[in-house]
Amino acid sequence: MKIVLRRFPLTETATTETSNDHSEDHVSTLGVSNDKLGMWVFLGSDCLLFGGLISTYMLYKDRIGPDDLGPEEMFDIPFTSVSSFVLLMSSLTVVLAITALRRNDIRRCRIWLLSTAILGAIFVGGQVYEFTVFYREGLGYTTNLFGTSFFTLTGFHGVHVSVGIIMLMSMYIQSMRGKLTSANEEKLEIIGLYWHFVDVVWIVIFTIVYLFPQ
Amino acid sequence: MAVVEQEQAPLELESGEDQITERPLGAFTRPGGGGGWRSWLFTVDHKKIGIMYGAAGLLFFIIGGIYALFMRLQLARPNNSILSAETYNQVFTMHGVVMIFLAAIPLGAAFSNYLIPLQIGARDVAFPRLNAFSFWVFLGGGLFLLTSMFIGGWWENAPDGGWFAYSPNTGVLFSPSKGIDFFAIGLQITGIASLVGAINLIVTVLNMRSPGMTLMKMPVLTWMLFIVQLLLLFAMPVISVALFLLTFDRLFDANFFNVAQGADPLLWQHLFWIFGHPEVYILILPSFGVISEIIPTFSRKPIFGYPFMIFSGIAIGFMGWGVWAHHMFASGIGPVAVAAFSVSTMFIAVPTGVKILNWLATMWGGRIRFTTPMLYATSVVAMFTIGGLSGVTHSLAAADTQQTDTYYIVAHFHYVIFGGIILGFFGGFYFWWPKMFGYFLSEKIGKSSFWVMVIGFNLTFGPMHILGLQGMSRRIQTYSEGQGFDLWNLVATIGAFLIAVATAMFIANVFISWRAHRAGKTPAPGPDPWDARSLEWMTASPVPEHNFDETIEVERQDEFWHRKWGKDETGRVVRRATAEEVAHDGSNTNVHLPSPSYWPIVAALGLPIIGYGLIYNLWLCVVGGLFVLGGLYGWVFEPVDDPNADGHHDHEAHGTSEETGAEEVDENSSEEVSVD
Repeated sequence: MKIVLRRFPLTETATTETSNDHSEDHVSTLGVSNDKLGMWVFLGSDCLLFGGLISTYMLYKDRIGPDDLGPEEMFDIPFTSVSSFVLLMSSLTVVLAITALRRNDIRRCRIWLLSTAILGAIFVGGQVYEFTVFYREGLGYTTNLFGTSFFTLTGFHGVHVSVGIIMLMSMYIQSMRGKLTSANEEKLEIIGLYWHFVDVVWIVIFTIVYLFPQ
Repeated sequence: MAVVEQEQAPLELESGEDQITERPLGAFTRPGGGGGWRSWLFTVDHKKIGIMYGAAGLLFFIIGGIYALFMRLQLARPNNSILSAETYNQVFTMHGVVMIFLAAIPLGAAFSNYLIPLQIGARDVAFPRLNAFSFWVFLGGGLFLLTSMFIGGWWENAPDGGWFAYSPNTGVLFSPSKGIDFFAIGLQITGIASLVGAINLIVTVLNMRSPGMTLMKMPVLTWMLFIVQLLLLFAMPVISVALFLLTFDRLFDANFFNVAQGADPLLWQHLFWIFGHPEVYILILPSFGVISEIIPTFSRKPIFGYPFMIFSGIAIGFMGWGVWAHHMFASGIGPVAVAAFSVSTMFIAVPTGVKILNWLATMWGGRIRFTTPMLYATSVVAMFTIGGLSGVTHSLAAADTQQTDTYYIVAHFHYVIFGGIILGFFGGFYFWWPKMFGYFLSEKIGKSSFWVMVIGFNLTFGPMHILGLQGMSRRIQTYSEGQGFDLWNLVATIGAFLIAVATAMFIANVFISWRAHRAGKTPAPGPDPWDARSLEWMTASPVPEHNFDETIEVERQDEFWHRKWGKDETGRVVRRATAEEVAHDGSNTNVHLPSPSYWPIVAALGLPIIGYGLIYNLWLCVVGGLFVLGGLYGWVFEPVDDPNADGHHDHEAHGTSEETGAEEVDENSSEEVSVD
């Protein structure tokens, strides 16, 4: 059977005799699907979440004990630059996955999906590695205000990336079951929106948290 | 393979198949429609969800009111000892938390859920299952908070830090009971409900309006509720951050509010009030919207200055973000900040004043009918003006430092919250009751309970102005004789019991009127009992499950009114049609609706379990997490529509488009409904 993604809002779901004639031309008030609009709205809200966490970090980043290491000594800029680059590249691959899906090139789409998830996983792995190094150097979660706010902020970002990876992998598993088609393009696009957002947030965090103290 | 029942009998195709081989997930079938409690538990209908929000909000309102009665009993006489100081701390905290987060917000959500889709001519919200999820999350979070009363001893573990829970005072050091954990996690859970609901309703308003209904043709109520959703959207993550920090401090020894490590005690205050002040407008704007529907209807005039009503609402929503520090004048934020926030606080009174004058101008020269809803609406205008003016006195920082933490503040915000919000909501109940339930509430009981409530309300909170200016502190458990507090405290206690009587009269009215209706003693309200103006009156009462028989083409603001009334050659307003002729009778059975679902409630159930797990035993978190994950996966793999509901659409297509990656809260849930 032919697969059609329907994007009609419920106002138009009624299949009444009278409304049938104009139900096709009135897709949605804004011409964008509810799903996508919902994701945009959610991302707007998420900005404030990171806004609050970043503000807290900015307030507390220099509040360390007399013997504690501060942000300048702690951060390994080259390492984090590489992992940031990896994350930013994943934004490119997710776009490639979307365009491949738009062309109904499922094989390419799967490759790019997987590489996006892997790049994201490398980033999260790098974060875990970084956290362990910091911990060994004496910066625990409860050591001082810098540690508390740093781990909370970057941890929240890491959780966001991980959620994105789960979503990408769900798409990938769908493709293995042969259920990924160009009709799903919008789903992937929405996941892509989320993924780009998480990347943009990381650019802000990387600049403010890592580069400013240098 | 499982068999899914045919569901939602009145609305489904009679020719629908009764067998289906699709299994959404595992062994479970789709919940059937049918009647009884199941039709409520698994519903995705915005009207049922709205009614449940209202019922839960009223229940929590009564519980919060009982707390208040105990506080008033304790304070009725000097040196009273009904409540110990520790219990009193918990009772006033629970009163504030329950009233604000579990009564006022959900009652606003009740009106939002029920009325937004109807007023914009939609069949449901954008994400029906998400809507159900947000209700069950709210209810779970609310009950979770309430269980703190008796878990671990009667009134041992309830939150005791005030509804604003100033840290570091709420750190483990100063508040060693589990109460603040319940507070932080409980509000986190209800916050998820508000956030999800806000996303849902914003998309609904933006994307699901009837053809022709531009933003500036939407009813004022829908506009105000829309602004509220935007405020929720941006305020909730801020309180989430604050609550996360507090939770991490208390559970995982983080240092955010650890002053010994150099933490800033003002951090919590800033985060809380950046949420907390928009929250004030989150509470009041729904009531403003409600009376903006009631006053034009019973004045038989269109709302005066519609664009001014809308833009003053937007201005309130916008400026609401720039006044939060007036809650902190006494905390030493510095003269520049105090001056700036003083000025912005004075400014925000301007759009509110615009609204009040517009309501007055709407009534001016109108043919006013003083029905119960109109009585409530006019009383809101009066009472909110008193509360608003005493609010302006707080913007004078010099005076405010004297008033901070006195009963003057309590008097002010109760005039705003009770006089502005609760009275408005009661007016809304009387106004929309015939629409929601198909019978009138008795005007006789309604009017007498109105007077009892307004008199009781003024007796309770009016004297608190005097008490506050005399220097009586808030949040104290008792006071000694000879301070001049005795008389007015006694008066306030008497007033509080009058409010309780009035609330009981309302509840009694619901049952008495229902019995009178059942006995056929009261007339059926028909679609449009009040000769009202907006689209929700253009369908049968009670509203059929599919809302409207056909899509409404909107040409003007107050479309329904203009279909009923027109002008003759001489310019006189004449009736063109009766409401019954214009309104849909709900007879269309050929409408396809989103199907009920188990998964929202399953996923929602997991959150309080995770909450208990965080407080008592981390293993419980695993159990709760499984509920959430299972619920979400079931949800994602379940087609929006029961494929059975109309025999001919492609199950595979729905399965595929639905199941991709919706671990995040909101996306790809629910609006794909087939158009055949």
